[in-house]
Amino acid sequence: MSNEIIPTQQPTYYEEVQRKGYSRRDFLQFVSMMTAFIGLENTAIGQVAKALETKPRVPVIWLHFQECTCCSESFIRSSHPIVADILLDKISLDYTETLMAASGFQAEEAMQNTMKKYKGEYILCVEGSVPTGADGVYCMIGGKTSLQILEEAAENAKAIIAWGSCASNGCVQSAKPNPTSATPIHKLVKGKPVIKVPGCPPIGEVMAGVIVHLVTFDRIPELDRLGRPKAFYSKRVHDTCYRRPFYDAGLYVESFDDENAKKGYCLYKVGCKGPSTYNACGVMKWNNGTSFPIQSGHGCIGCSEENYWDNGRLYERGSSFAGFGIEANADTFGKVALGVTAAALAGHAVMTNVRKKKLIRQVEEEGKQNEQELKS
Amino acid sequence: MKTKYLHVHRLRRVYVWELPVRYYHWLNALAIIALIITGFFIADPLALQSKDEAAMRFTMGWVRVIHFIASYIFFFNFLFRLYWGFVGNKYANWRQFIPTSRKFIKEMWAVFKIDILMLRGKEHISIGHNAMAGFIYFLTFWAFLIQCLTGFGLYASMGTWWLPKLFSWVPALFGGDIMTRQIHHWAMWFFILFAVIHVYLVFYHDYVEGRGEMSSMGGGWKFIEEDVFQNEEHHTPNKVKQ
Repeated sequence: MSNEIIPTQQPTYYEEVQRKGYSRRDFLQFVSMMTAFIGLENTAIGQVAKALETKPRVPVIWLHFQECTCCSESFIRSSHPIVADILLDKISLDYTETLMAASGFQAEEAMQNTMKKYKGEYILCVEGSVPTGADGVYCMIGGKTSLQILEEAAENAKAIIAWGSCASNGCVQSAKPNPTSATPIHKLVKGKPVIKVPGCPPIGEVMAGVIVHLVTFDRIPELDRLGRPKAFYSKRVHDTCYRRPFYDAGLYVESFDDENAKKGYCLYKVGCKGPSTYNACGVMKWNNGTSFPIQSGHGCIGCSEENYWDNGRLYERGSSFAGFGIEANADTFGKVALGVTAAALAGHAVMTNVRKKKLIRQVEEEGKQNEQELKS
Repeated sequence: MKTKYLHVHRLRRVYVWELPVRYYHWLNALAIIALIITGFFIADPLALQSKDEAAMRFTMGWVRVIHFIASYIFFFNFLFRLYWGFVGNKYANWRQFIPTSRKFIKEMWAVFKIDILMLRGKEHISIGHNAMAGFIYFLTFWAFLIQCLTGFGLYASMGTWWLPKLFSWVPALFGGDIMTRQIHHWAMWFFILFAVIHVYLVFYHDYVEGRGEMSSMGGGWKFIEEDVFQNEEHHTPNKVKQ
């Protein structure tokens, strides 16, 4: 039974492509696109093509915990159909709650089989955060807590990918007060590299690019200090934004639907988090390169940044001051402190003239004395 | 004319602030003023109107250029001052900023009582930094450090030079640019509050003591009464061997 679900020899990606009815031309288009996306030179196209032609497809276990499946949704909408057909249909066949055909006992068994059979070879993709509160009862699948499932699957995984902000940073369910103690997976998995692909959701092409990189080079892509692939997360949305010239010119939308908004000015003052957000939205865009939030007239909310729900409001640049109420931002606090300081100094000045009267008079009299003794 | 007072003080001129310290001070002041003004603008730009085409304008661009140039000046000036703490005169020495001895802490307490609570007592005589001032400057140096770290940390991903790139670990430490930017913004208020109190206290000391506090950052001179000098009544927070 289990051998039918998982063939002994995995077909290569190219074989899968052919089986799906794509032409060689389609395949090479896909390869060129992916090579460009993952930031390689065009001379690497051959390398990527060769890897996909010769390497058997990598078995993948794709787990879903506390999430909304927007990552999967984004993935199947990435611009080239091969992405969804091959990378998703085929890679995730082994186990993914949302798209697998099997269910119940059979599904659980398929996962167990993959873990046994491809020990140390499979890629573990995690979508969603893991609730650790109340012994993990907030998210249980097949009688196990998310943490148990994660630890079991992570133990023999070759690489672990944290899809989206939930798995990378905890996203909305870990926002204060975080009732379920939702935890990003890099805090739970020890001794394994975790590739963070944050975003709510991440861009489909970025997700595909990470997998293609893993398949082609047999190692994880170069990561930045926060564990994100450098190819996609080294530039701020601001740096690649087509409205950037308006930012530099000092022309801003003052409120939504004003004249400046119609002219397409920069959304900085209505809270765009593009200047603080590292992602590839400005370049790759969404839905087959159609648009991205800023192009649609809405500021970036910084969805791929850690803790973006608690780091201030979505429509304001200045953000709330932790512990001082939601209305008090740093500047209000600063102005109050400045007022208090000014009042204290005024009080001090008055008291100086009272308490130090003798001293001041002495200095003054001494000066006057000398002035009078000097001849004009 | 009969002298009303038995004793009119004779003052001795003491070279307190050396030229490099004065340069440091004013360069620092100018840089901080520029950084605060441009920083406020960057945080919340004015809605400036103009008939020019967007392509002809570079308002925010110039404001940011000034901010970045001022930040480099501020940074290197700060490094220079740290260096001068080791080679400058006794008043500029690093020991005058760090409460390392009982003497230092006792003196801080004395300054607190006399100058802040304005209790009656023996006036404290110092012509360099008094212990409290020294300690507050020590705190400002930490604030300088925070601003340099967060500022260059935010700049790291934009800069092409290796120097700002050395700070790329800072945003990672705070979990991203959003929090780093907030810390950078909050810390600025420390500078504003410091500046207000600092300028007030310069007036205060000049007014009460008459030793040339205000002009000292111009010429470097402060004045000390002859008898204070003879009786060795003046203090520095910590002893410095030279």
